[in-house]
Amino acid sequence: MSDGPGKMKKKPYVKSLVSGVASVVLYYMLFLNEGIINANFARGKFYALLPIATAFLFSIAHGTFTGAFWELFGIEAKKQKR
Amino acid sequence: MHDIAAAASNFIHLDTGTVIYLFIVGFVGGLVSGFIGSGGAFVLTPAMMNLGVPALVAVASNMCHKFPKALIGSMKRYRYGQVDVKMGVMLGISAEAGVLYGAHIQEKIKAAFGDAGSNLYVSVAFVLVLGIVGMVVLKDALKTYKTGSVDAEEQTPALAKWVQSINIPYTMMYFPSIKTRISVLFTVPLGFATGMLAATIAVGGFAGVPSMIYVLGVPGLMASATELVIAFVMGTGGTLKYALSGLVDIRLAMIILAGSLFGIQLGAIGTTYVKPVMIKVVMATIMLIVLVSRSLMIPVYLSKLKLIGEMSEQTMSLMKNASFAIMILALAIGSFIIFSALLKGLKSERRRLRHEHHAA
Repeated sequence: MSDGPGKMKKKPYVKSLVSGVASVVLYYMLFLNEGIINANFARGKFYALLPIATAFLFSIAHGTFTGAFWELFGIEAKKQKR
Repeated sequence: MHDIAAAASNFIHLDTGTVIYLFIVGFVGGLVSGFIGSGGAFVLTPAMMNLGVPALVAVASNMCHKFPKALIGSMKRYRYGQVDVKMGVMLGISAEAGVLYGAHIQEKIKAAFGDAGSNLYVSVAFVLVLGIVGMVVLKDALKTYKTGSVDAEEQTPALAKWVQSINIPYTMMYFPSIKTRISVLFTVPLGFATGMLAATIAVGGFAGVPSMIYVLGVPGLMASATELVIAFVMGTGGTLKYALSGLVDIRLAMIILAGSLFGIQLGAIGTTYVKPVMIKVVMATIMLIVLVSRSLMIPVYLSKLKLIGEMSEQTMSLMKNASFAIMILALAIGSFIIFSALLKGLKSERRRLRHEHHAA
């Protein structure tokens, strides 16, 4: 989609690739170590911070990726008329 | 409360089919949340329980996917100028208190009347709240279409005008979304009610968004976006509460999050293409269909409590499956409306940009 007459907006290829790889690595690590992760995350008390920190980390990587992913297909918010 | 050591052993085995199923339900839930600010949880929790996940682990894991999803959704909609962060945080804090109180009431009811009593309480709360609020929202949306004021700026409802006119010294606070000061004595009970509803029926937004619109006078689009901030605050506190007891299955939460983050981006983008009335249309549609779904379960719980004639296992199972199918239908119809609006909006935007390009 163009950013304005005559100007073409660059597609976020690098952003998609970097955040996509980060997201895949995070999910791979989670399922690779699911036994140890489950055992520790269910210990309660101070260990309660582990699922919260994990959720934040995944949301940053995967949230960046999903935003860039739709942008690659030209699915973006409506631009305000100037 | 329960045995923490047993919690980890309650975490189910995940196969490919389960992962794909949760990813898809997460996607649809995210799409609806991105658009109306909430929704999805009422399907996600029973969907997990259908897979054999214990109820508390399902609620906890749903909470753990909800707050990061709401974070990403609210950040996205903040960029569109739709979020009133101050109002979201204020309502979110009082909602947190509502969640704790709501959970306490749930525990008391469960202790006194057992599982069936607790389920009956949840279903009656669903039907009452969705019936009243859903009808108000639907009536308002229909009025907008009838009077042909779809394109006009949203009018501040009469109740909200009254709330905005009340001046209670030392309690007044300015909120950007309504461009005026209101007393926090109005926002605190609304937030509390949102939290209580979230703890009871898992979708606080069904009270939060309409109360922001009709009681505080927040425009529909901003109310649905601000609800995401409330969901973030509530979800973080709720997750911590359950995680302290070791109930979060992080794998379930992250699979649902994987799908819901794709959905929430689309839902948020969709809001930039639609008229504000569409938020109300989607919300009322989902609320009223979910109402039908939950109504089906009331006779089942009444029968279990022996308050009406006994029902056969087969009938109960049929009603339960029909109720779940109707809930899925509610999300599917909501998603269809959002998708259609998004595609239509994208098409006309592309046409407009082409025209501008040729004209230049």
